[in-house]
Amino acid sequence: MTDQQTFSLDGKSIAFEDGDTIMDAALRSGEYIPHLCHNPEFKPHGSCRVCIVNVNGRHVSSCTFPASQDLKVESNTAEIKQKRQSLLQMLFVEGNHVCPGCEKSGACQLQAVAYYCDMLSPHFTHFFPRREVDASHHDFLIDYNRCIVCELCVRASNDVDGKQVFSIQQRGIQRHLAVNSDSGRLGDTSFSKTDKAAHVCPVGAILPKDIGYNQPIGHRLYDRQPISQVGDVAANDKTLQEEDTPHG
Amino acid sequence: MDIENLFQDVRQRLNNHYDSEKLLLLQVLQLANQKGMQFTTDFFSSLSERLSLPATEIKGIASFYSFLDKPRNTQYDIRISDNITDQFQNNAYVINTLQEKYADNPKVNIATTSCIGMNDQGPAMLVNGYTIPNLGPGTLEHVFSLIDDNIPLTSWPSELFTVADNIQRKDILLNDVSGNGTSLNKLTNAEPDEILSIIQNSGLSGRGGAGFSTASKWRLCKQAETENKHVICNADEGEPGTFKDRVLLNSYANQFIEGMTLCAGIVGASQGYIYLRAEYLFLLPKLNAVLQKRRDDNLLGNNILGKKGFDFDIDIHLGAGAYICGEESALIESLEGKRGIPRNRPPFPVTQGYINQPTIVNNVETFLAAAGIVEHGADWFKNTGTEKSPGTKLLSISGDCKKPGVYEFPFGTSIKDILSACGASDTQAVQVAGAAGHMVAPDEFDHAISFEDYATAGSFMVYDHSRDLFQVIKNFADFFKHESCGFCTPCRVGTSLQSDLVEKLVEGNASSYDINEIKSIAKLMQTTSHCGLGATASTAILDLIEKFPQLLEKRLKHLDYTPAFNLDAALEQSRQITGREDSQSHIGGYHD
Repeated sequence: MTDQQTFSLDGKSIAFEDGDTIMDAALRSGEYIPHLCHNPEFKPHGSCRVCIVNVNGRHVSSCTFPASQDLKVESNTAEIKQKRQSLLQMLFVEGNHVCPGCEKSGACQLQAVAYYCDMLSPHFTHFFPRREVDASHHDFLIDYNRCIVCELCVRASNDVDGKQVFSIQQRGIQRHLAVNSDSGRLGDTSFSKTDKAAHVCPVGAILPKDIGYNQPIGHRLYDRQPISQVGDVAANDKTLQEEDTPHG
Repeated sequence: MDIENLFQDVRQRLNNHYDSEKLLLLQVLQLANQKGMQFTTDFFSSLSERLSLPATEIKGIASFYSFLDKPRNTQYDIRISDNITDQFQNNAYVINTLQEKYADNPKVNIATTSCIGMNDQGPAMLVNGYTIPNLGPGTLEHVFSLIDDNIPLTSWPSELFTVADNIQRKDILLNDVSGNGTSLNKLTNAEPDEILSIIQNSGLSGRGGAGFSTASKWRLCKQAETENKHVICNADEGEPGTFKDRVLLNSYANQFIEGMTLCAGIVGASQGYIYLRAEYLFLLPKLNAVLQKRRDDNLLGNNILGKKGFDFDIDIHLGAGAYICGEESALIESLEGKRGIPRNRPPFPVTQGYINQPTIVNNVETFLAAAGIVEHGADWFKNTGTEKSPGTKLLSISGDCKKPGVYEFPFGTSIKDILSACGASDTQAVQVAGAAGHMVAPDEFDHAISFEDYATAGSFMVYDHSRDLFQVIKNFADFFKHESCGFCTPCRVGTSLQSDLVEKLVEGNASSYDINEIKSIAKLMQTTSHCGLGATASTAILDLIEKFPQLLEKRLKHLDYTPAFNLDAALEQSRQITGREDSQSHIGGYHD
């Protein structure tokens, strides 16, 4: 039996196992580090940068940085919080996020993380890009206005569903999600409501049809408790389990 | 030409073993574009069928690269280099003249492109991928007549495409390295560790800018216990203002290829790759000839120099217009035929690089230096330079100087001495290390080129007092916005925000609030970006703000908030309609 390996996160001792990232160990210990593109079921991505922490004076994404003995990690500092706010503001102005009218409002990870990080305004000039809505699929719609290109749906469709329904196009500010079909429409793919990819979107970009605004205000996912206690959108999505369980 | 022939053609150009044809996808797309094949839906679906990849994913790969995102679809595809030095060499004349003449001509496409490495002989452009430098009125008239007469590019006179080396100063690297097998002979007659210790003693560190110890990198890779290892030469010289690799690739190919072979022999790699930027397509035939000659001379191939088991060969892969692919892990992704997104590290390429196998990535100059060090000994190298930066550095000098070209200087040479050597006068600022590097002001010209002072991969652009430094940072801000891979939030969004704010500044509409915005976005990009592109995209902009306060003050209209547009100009239409021109019809401060 070897001694338990630990590192420090904001002064607290966090136990970790070989192969853990900072995020893995923190989440297991019940310590929340805000994140958007990370979902523990998938290979870490490190693209949204919201989970940045300060490790020995260097900023790293905690979802990709390997934990190691006696690492000194700072997450809840004024400086990191400020940076997270700016990153979130960038995500908000890059797309078209109209929270008051969005059916994901109250149960959206981008919004919940923004609340958690005390983001009070978008600050930057809005880009107002022209983006489409794809309602071609029977059960699901894609609203590209809300996509934050976290690639979780891409990863889920490739790695779990084995369907390769999504891919990424272009680069830079033009980088965007696309659907793998000749028409570019979701309805022309084998995408189904039981796909993993249908249940990983942290925002309101991939949404089930016919059940919008079904939760009254006050009962939505993040209405009563912050995301640090409730957890990710995907972790709270019980649809797949319900579908899997025989009725009766 | 059909897809089958295309793959055969690509295969024929390659010697290495490839587990999957997917690894060749970028090369297939590249060649298809060179051949003028149209990227139609049918084209993508044939590729999709052949490679069992969704067509949209293949489109996603093509769209990542500038040259494939907008592939050639006209008889003459013209891309004019638009680096700041090109702009200062009046590339606007080239662009305007071409546009005036061919704007509505369906056989000609005119666009601009990021720096094509011809700063010492610009303005320059690519026609169907091939470089034409020195675009004065005479050259342009010649090009017009060829286009008007429908002469196919292959029949254009070769003098149009003549690219000069312009070597202005030689030192040890350009004088002494033979590339004739001497260093390989030493390797075959010694233990690899002995040779590695020579390189270790020389203190050689990577010439690409990061400055990691070359011997340490090679040792880590050597220690990896796997059957297959790879050696990659980074010839994706994309930093604006640098062209010294162009000269090495053209005239010192044996020398750097010997360095690659040496590296392979030491670390135990059997497959090598030169990742050549697409802008240097014109160098491909010559490089292939050198590789073939070395195979014939038993300096490449199986049992090199008669040593059993010393097997190594090199394939040339072409890039397709993406600055980010100069970053080593993005380069590896691109070499695997994918989008050039930098990887998360660790793991580092030395343990998990190309197809997740141990891989060495060094740049052209580093391989050349390694060959020289083994040929002439560690002292030959470390007798020049400084204690912390032994050896010499190749600089690509361009801009406002009498003798632009390639200069080899010992590390530790001051900027002042370099300026004097290249015949620069009335210098307002020097851009050291390219768009990602520093804008150096005259009071710093006593500083030197070295890892401990001004580190550089070789770009050195000189601006005299006739230049507008704000045009420089606008050019750079646009460059980074265009070249960001878009993977991480701060770089994807930050480079766009930065470009808008810099434009506001250049137009004279910025206030000190905007300067603070630029600074805070810069700080965010520097500290939170996924890779070096975002981290360095603001360096020159911050330098201008900090080091040239007098220029900044002149450019700022107001010290507090100013809207992004000219309020007074916006009222012009109303004034015209109402026929007013009195002072009350103008907004104060804007009345010229």
